Amino acid sequence: MTNKIWAYIDQFKGEALPSSWETIGAGLTLAESLGGGVTAVVFGENIKGVAEEAFQYGADEVIVADDPTLGDYRAEAYTTLLAKLAADSAPDVILFPTTTRGREVSGMAAVDLNTGVLVDVTALEVVDGVVVATRPIYAGKLLAKVQCSAKPQLITLRGRAFAKPVEDATRSGTPITVPAALTEDEISVKVVDYATVSGGVSLADAAVIVSGGRGVSNNPKLTPPGDLDEAGQEIWKAQQGFKLVGDLAAALGGAVGASRAAVDAGYIPYSNQVGQTGKVVAPDMYVACGISGAIQHLAGMRTSKMIVAINKDPDAPIFKLARFGVVGDLFEILPPLVEAMKARLGK
Amino acid sequence: MNIVVCVKQVPDSAAQLSVEGGQISWGEAPLVINPWDEYAVEAALQKAKDLGGSVTVLSMGKESETEALKHALAMGCNEAVLVSDPALAGSDNVAAARVLAAAIAKVDDVGLVFFGKQAIDSDTGTLPAQVARVLGWPALTLVSAIDELNADGIKVERAIEEGRQVVQSGLPAVVSVIKDYGEPRYPSFMGIRKAARATIPVWALGELGIEAPSPVVAWPEVMAPPQREIATEIITGGSPAEIAATLADKIMAEKVL
Repeated sequence: MTNKIWAYIDQFKGEALPSSWETIGAGLTLAESLGGGVTAVVFGENIKGVAEEAFQYGADEVIVADDPTLGDYRAEAYTTLLAKLAADSAPDVILFPTTTRGREVSGMAAVDLNTGVLVDVTALEVVDGVVVATRPIYAGKLLAKVQCSAKPQLITLRGRAFAKPVEDATRSGTPITVPAALTEDEISVKVVDYATVSGGVSLADAAVIVSGGRGVSNNPKLTPPGDLDEAGQEIWKAQQGFKLVGDLAAALGGAVGASRAAVDAGYIPYSNQVGQTGKVVAPDMYVACGISGAIQHLAGMRTSKMIVAINKDPDAPIFKLARFGVVGDLFEILPPLVEAMKARLGK
Repeated sequence: MNIVVCVKQVPDSAAQLSVEGGQISWGEAPLVINPWDEYAVEAALQKAKDLGGSVTVLSMGKESETEALKHALAMGCNEAVLVSDPALAGSDNVAAARVLAAAIAKVDDVGLVFFGKQAIDSDTGTLPAQVARVLGWPALTLVSAIDELNADGIKVERAIEEGRQVVQSGLPAVVSVIKDYGEPRYPSFMGIRKAARATIPVWALGELGIEAPSPVVAWPEVMAPPQREIATEIITGGSPAEIAATLADKIMAEKVL
């Protein structure tokens, strides 16, 4: 464990989250300036496959703690173990993906290790041997350069901000195995149940996001079932509209997003909300359907590589960020657009 | 059993941000309670009613930063305390966690501490878990629902990448809540009057019995994001099918897919 740069691999039930591999890629780039290699760290149960993948994605060394007490992520158990390993081996930098678990473990480990944590970082540079990070603040309305004078410097990387290394199936190695730091009796939080959402692409990892706004409920050609009250009719119409949004997302292999207005109106769950009080995303392509573009929404998607907007109102602020815009009725445009994209993508 | 809820004062989410002379400016935008903290206040008030305890709202900031505390008082919190000390200027999130933990420890018989998911200014989102770590209490973060709560423990639903995770722990515990918890109440007329008249006690480091923790994270530069030159092309002409076909061709030609 002599490498000074560590990459924390976040996994769930034996599968690494895609953004975990970006930490190895970013670590290898830092190692070019700081020297040494990259050590990947994986905690869980039955995670042999994740450790093998870590070598294939470029880790020079992999530390594995494979234990029943680590099968369910519990912040205490993971933090205590990571802090113990880091205190023993004294890495200079630990990179985490900005996942729910990565954010939590890094923050708590910063307390244990008496250091600092730089969260949701989008760029890294080495200046006079010191790692300087760039991170968006105020949902990306501003950028801040941040640095940490204590070691290890704990840094979480925003998903998709750093390139995923190319997988090399010929690379392999023997992981260093370490025991868990706490026994089950010492862990105060117990996991009772999961209600996992199967299938679908998560907003954070999606290369394409198709989002709907308040406008998805306005299709005048639909007649809702007569037994619904007015509010029920609006939601029924919105759900038909979100089906179209979902069709385009599916054709593009992407995820479905929504504006706050659509979430607050009850059209779609909060987990789909993009914006300052939802998720901040930066896909390769973002398609905004029936979203006018409130400043809070724009803050959450403005760094998308290419934005397409479909809106009835030619003055909608969303068009200022859009590479392509269609001023028109999304209910007329989306069905042929789904077919046209499927044909061009060979689906 | 009493409840503490931690809140922060931030510029309104509609603010246009700029950097002037190295300082962040939000123009004329009002300073408000961090929107995510309103859900935390709502959760704290509901649970205090169920359990019969009082709610203390706590904020750390400059001596003038009482807007979030007053909003929480107007919503119905019983007490408000501002933690403020000139020595805390430039605190990083670990330093803030140590100070807030010391303040929480000063409140009598605390069983639960609520936080919002994150603050919309710094967007760090680590503070709830860090405060829990300093206190040595369980951290139950990103909570969408509290299924059970009694003197022995708490059972909550957490939102994670993969869906929902149901976890339970003993008390005291630190809980951060997300929007799914439920709409926060509006301040009542009586509440607003009470908040306007309230004198908010200020706890300095001396009262907390701690030294100022040394921050290790520095922010050498804040800047506006680079302006992007976007040439917007509006697709017009023909039937919806023709417009869709043109748009599809142009999307493919950008080669981002």
